[in-house]
Amino acid sequence: MTRLHQFLERSAQAYPEKTAVVDAERGVSATYSELQKQAEAIQEQLAAAGVVAGDRVGICMPKSIGSFAGLFGALRAGAAYVPVDSTAPAVRNALIFNDCAVRAILVAGNLAESLCAELGDGRYRSAGELAFLAPHGVPAVLLVAEPRTEQRFDGVDTSNLAYILYTSGSTGKPKGVMHTHASALAFIDWCSELFAPNADDCFSSHASFHFDLSILDIYVCIKHGGKLVLLGESLGKQPAKLAEVILSERITIWYSTPSILRLLAEYGQDAQHDRVALRVVFFAGEVFPVKHLRAVMAMWPKPRYLNLYGPTETNVCTYYEVPVTFPESRTEPFPIGKDCSGDVCMVADERGQEVPHGEEGELFVKGGSVMRGYWNLPQRNAEAFFIDKQGGHWYKTGDVVKVNADGDYEYLGRRDRMVKRRGYRVELGEIEAALYTHESVSEAAVVATPDVENGVVIRAFLNWSGDKSPSLIAMKQFCSKKLPLYMIPDKFIPVVALPKTSTEKVDYQKLLEME
Amino acid sequence: MNDDAQSIQNSVKDYLLKTFLPGEDPDSLTPDTPLISGGILDSISTVKLVTFLEEQYKVEFQAHEISSDTLETLTDIAKTIQLKSAARA
Repeated sequence: MTRLHQFLERSAQAYPEKTAVVDAERGVSATYSELQKQAEAIQEQLAAAGVVAGDRVGICMPKSIGSFAGLFGALRAGAAYVPVDSTAPAVRNALIFNDCAVRAILVAGNLAESLCAELGDGRYRSAGELAFLAPHGVPAVLLVAEPRTEQRFDGVDTSNLAYILYTSGSTGKPKGVMHTHASALAFIDWCSELFAPNADDCFSSHASFHFDLSILDIYVCIKHGGKLVLLGESLGKQPAKLAEVILSERITIWYSTPSILRLLAEYGQDAQHDRVALRVVFFAGEVFPVKHLRAVMAMWPKPRYLNLYGPTETNVCTYYEVPVTFPESRTEPFPIGKDCSGDVCMVADERGQEVPHGEEGELFVKGGSVMRGYWNLPQRNAEAFFIDKQGGHWYKTGDVVKVNADGDYEYLGRRDRMVKRRGYRVELGEIEAALYTHESVSEAAVVATPDVENGVVIRAFLNWSGDKSPSLIAMKQFCSKKLPLYMIPDKFIPVVALPKTSTEKVDYQKLLEME
Repeated sequence: MNDDAQSIQNSVKDYLLKTFLPGEDPDSLTPDTPLISGGILDSISTVKLVTFLEEQYKVEFQAHEISSDTLETLTDIAKTIQLKSAARA
């Protein structure tokens, strides 16, 4: 069976001198043979540091050619890579790396010290700089677990793991979604069928590597010998410049959350959009308000528009192609579509029984693209899957859907307290757990409400014991030390007491109604 | 327009308070309050701030300049605007 890094090996043989990757922010690029050599060099360093098959390798670097090569270097070493948001607080990244006991970490030089401090005294030592990455922009350091001890995780099968992506956890601790080479391949091969990528294609890489949208960009592009354009954090915040890059690099395949497409339509108008080379625009991660989708389609009328749906746990499991034209009066969002070829979905009730056609229920998914499970969370794994009488494992998405007259799934909402913000999953419970660590907060409850302008607005209600009302600035600063930026609430509201239900639980319904 | 550091800071502060921090005590926003790493400006509000700065001060930001190196605090913003204005003149 193919393993993900073999896509790079094969393309490096077929197209050694072709540009594989461009870092649009730093203005540097690498050919397929250069990228392959970097991946080999990283593999050698990891092996020399004691990394063996079945280990995990952390990656804490801004998006760059070096971090890109790092993914392939880790895979070549037989390890699963564990990418984190390099802009997130070091305490959160250290929690993730400690949770899955990474054997080694590729970390940007300027972040190494703070990360080491949070990882714990003497647990990791520096095995030196990765000097060969410096010409491509980001100096990096290799950290190695010290001393080497055998770690056992009962019930975790690390063989054939390709990567672990951590998503927000409801109890305040992020949880690691484990994907194997096989589950990633099932998705990548389906993409090949869907839009026939080829070596002339140029892919955007807008999503960070710790975000599951990156799997399509990285591997579908490299599999087919295309060119990948890395759009880093800073560039990603400047729609006018992004529009120029789409034009100048002749990007043909775009994939991002709706929010950045909306910004492109709003602020990227100056570029000559009739000359863009785009042929497919994918979006995923959150509902795309039709008003904004219409503006994007007016800006770029030529490409196909496809909505991909799937939690990190399933890669992508349904898809929907937006019709070329639709009534001006339409305001309701488009459906999430039909099953991808390798997966089977069903709409089920609480007992796992399929509901009658057209009725509401939870979307269950089984098939090749579904994750192996959560890292070291046996109980959570038992709850996450429904096992049918034939032994089929269905992942319970938590998303409430129904099938419409055209046979497409329509997304209706969530069963639990997870929301999507800028495509990222946010467990409101994780925000509450962070707020509870504030000395003036005796009780915290967080709710999210849909918002046309911002997608979702997150409000934190606080039973506040401080002298003065909480300052928005001070509270945001406090949260920024505990949580990634996309999880910081928009508003902090002091209350005398949180409303409670008859069973003394927080009455979230009442909070939602409060101004 | 008087583009000295203090007046730039004052005008950007007014803009931030009015646009992103309604109801906030103006004294909480100091010249050294971290705006990006402190979670006060998210990506959308950063775009809005840059658009405001470009229009107000007739300057242009390159992609790599939209970062916490140039926009992290009111002090940084004033410094960045002054450098850009000087380069233009």
